[in-house]
Amino acid sequence: METIKLTIDTKEVEVPKGTTINKAAKKLGIDIPTLCYMELKDMNIENKPGGCRLCVVEVQKRRNLAPSCSTNCEEGMVILTHTPRVLNARRTVMEFILSDHPKDCLVCPKSGNCELQSMAHRLGIRDIPGQEYAEMSTYRKDFSPSIIRDLDKCIMCRRCETMCNTVQTVGALSAVNRGFMAAVAPAFEQNLEFSTCTYCGQCVAVCPTGALTEVNHVPNVLRALADPTKTVIVQTAPAVRAALGEMFGMKPGTLVTGKMVTALRSLGFNYIFDTDFAADLTIMEEGTEFLDRLNRHLKGDKTARMPILTSCCPGWVNFFEEYFPDLKDVPSTSKSPQQMFGAIAKTYFADKIKVDRKDLVVVSIMPCLAKKYECQREEFSTDGNRDVDFSISTRELGEFIKQANIDLNNLEEGEFDDPMGESTGAGVIFGTTGGVIEAAVRTAYELQTGKKLERLDFTELRGLKGVRSATIDFDGLPINIGIAHGLGNARKLLDDVRAGKSQFHAIEVMACPGGCIGGGGQPLHHGNSEIIKARAAAIYAEDKSKPLRKSHENPFIIKLYKEFLDKPNSEKAHHLLHTKYFDKKKKIIVKQ
Amino acid sequence: MSSIKIELRNEDVAKIKEICTSFNNDPQELINVLHSCQEHFGYLPAEVQEVISGELVVPVAKIYGVVTFYSFFTMTPKGKHPISICLGTACYVRGAEKVLEEFKKELGLNVGQVTKDNKFSLSSLRCVGACGLAPVVLVGDKTYGRVAPDDVRNIIKEYD
Repeated sequence: METIKLTIDTKEVEVPKGTTINKAAKKLGIDIPTLCYMELKDMNIENKPGGCRLCVVEVQKRRNLAPSCSTNCEEGMVILTHTPRVLNARRTVMEFILSDHPKDCLVCPKSGNCELQSMAHRLGIRDIPGQEYAEMSTYRKDFSPSIIRDLDKCIMCRRCETMCNTVQTVGALSAVNRGFMAAVAPAFEQNLEFSTCTYCGQCVAVCPTGALTEVNHVPNVLRALADPTKTVIVQTAPAVRAALGEMFGMKPGTLVTGKMVTALRSLGFNYIFDTDFAADLTIMEEGTEFLDRLNRHLKGDKTARMPILTSCCPGWVNFFEEYFPDLKDVPSTSKSPQQMFGAIAKTYFADKIKVDRKDLVVVSIMPCLAKKYECQREEFSTDGNRDVDFSISTRELGEFIKQANIDLNNLEEGEFDDPMGESTGAGVIFGTTGGVIEAAVRTAYELQTGKKLERLDFTELRGLKGVRSATIDFDGLPINIGIAHGLGNARKLLDDVRAGKSQFHAIEVMACPGGCIGGGGQPLHHGNSEIIKARAAAIYAEDKSKPLRKSHENPFIIKLYKEFLDKPNSEKAHHLLHTKYFDKKKKIIVKQ
Repeated sequence: MSSIKIELRNEDVAKIKEICTSFNNDPQELINVLHSCQEHFGYLPAEVQEVISGELVVPVAKIYGVVTFYSFFTMTPKGKHPISICLGTACYVRGAEKVLEEFKKELGLNVGQVTKDNKFSLSSLRCVGACGLAPVVLVGDKTYGRVAPDDVRNIIKEYD
């Protein structure tokens, strides 16, 4: 590889040809400020519009300052990153950005976690000259079931646009208009609700300011907890325990399962349950459905379509309903763990504790924003009563815990309640890309072959590569497995399925890069993919620490089938645990 | 979730598809496709953008972004006699803004609007390359030079 030598702030550095100045500086430990640039390393995600101009540096023998994020290094370059000229330019740029930004930091939902705020602090901005007479752009607020858009706070960094278009290929958001009227918006500036948005929340996950935030359901939960007529139960998704600690200053990848349970108990929930339990249940249903389809397919039954696609991820479900409605009979009909949990809680568990479903409030803690929309879907209600009443994100839970004067750091380790708190390692790994299919393989293998699985760690299914594939030997029967995370990667596999070219028997899709651990409701990673990797490691560590690591061995799942559901894919199971999908593609009606 | 219903006539859809095909349905040709469609329809309503989106496989949000970025593209229909006032530097310093104000007053329109009878529409543009005639007004293909606010009523009368 051809390399280049250059000098940055009097230090010499050698980098491969094509390296940008900001990356070369990073190699020297020089952190050039930026607001728009973002790179998620090893995940193939980069936002480089060269728009904010904060990263300008002085290049000797060049007249103009150069934006370091989009200027390539050249042999012998001499670069200075903190001359008076550079610092002045940076300050001016920042003052311009701030002059068109609301000054309500004290009450902004992003306060304390806002990159614009930290940048103003870092650059030592103490005044915004001309702010009394400077024009401010304004834009109406947009409330969707999951995401709030407050574009007064948008700085046009275009990160959301990159996530929505390049990474997710959802195409809901684009920069529209120009000048002061410029905004990032759906087509025809309609509300998000009427766009192609899947509510994956990746736009929210990367937004540096308070322009994109989640709909906050904590007040609803608080009201339910304070209502003596209600029994309030909570389920926690696997990815939450691997990230919640970050909100309390813990190192990324710190598992806080036990402390989280104690915190939830202090908040006043009557029963603390685990979505991992429902994940085990999902494996029973989805795994059985897979084997049924597979065996019929092997016998030549043309109605048994291969591959089967996982259906746990609501962003992904929204995506194929919008873009691949012609394939809506390909995904598994199994509900997501969140909804399976709700369906069992409001029937089996409500009967058990003799509480009417209307007095039972089910709250889910999710790393996800699409879950807020999912639990509001009509098909997941009975007589207007939702199976899952409220879904709050990891971030909202963190804020809630803080508001309740609880310091997560100093809590004892608690235990989930029975019967819906028991889970296996297979349920835990649902939180990371490749985890659902690995969990499914562990169970499907044993059910199909009748033999005990020798090894439980399918490392060939793990990792952060966008599209992965592996062939698993089911005792002589090769099973081809595909994995995609990020909807753009999923689209590639779906295009093959549509074209009849797919060689896979089963495909796992998670809408968010990294899977749920990188979800739109997680503590913000601010562009550091090491955080996502650390969470994945935590998830696999929890799996390894579990005495049971196969879903079909969960004693409470076995009991649930014995007492209530009969067997996987039984009529009752179908009624409660399976769903159907809808064609949501926009129709062009032709007037005659 | 998209729930907007789009209504277009069959021959309109066929025309848009024909235009897209003439550019090989190439997303890179988006601006040319938009030009041709605007030439045909007079403007680029949401429905037209939706059909183009399907043909070129470009998100409709992107297309809307392009349409709203370039001032040449418009989403409102033009009147039978589209009136454009040049607000380029030369015209501006010679009083084009006053001329524009007069047109607004006479027609009861804002820039980008059409009269109820679809007769006149009002728009502004930047420099038509006739700075020697500043301020310049275009009505359809006809150019009026050295226009004063007092001339406005007479210009409109020509089209009554």
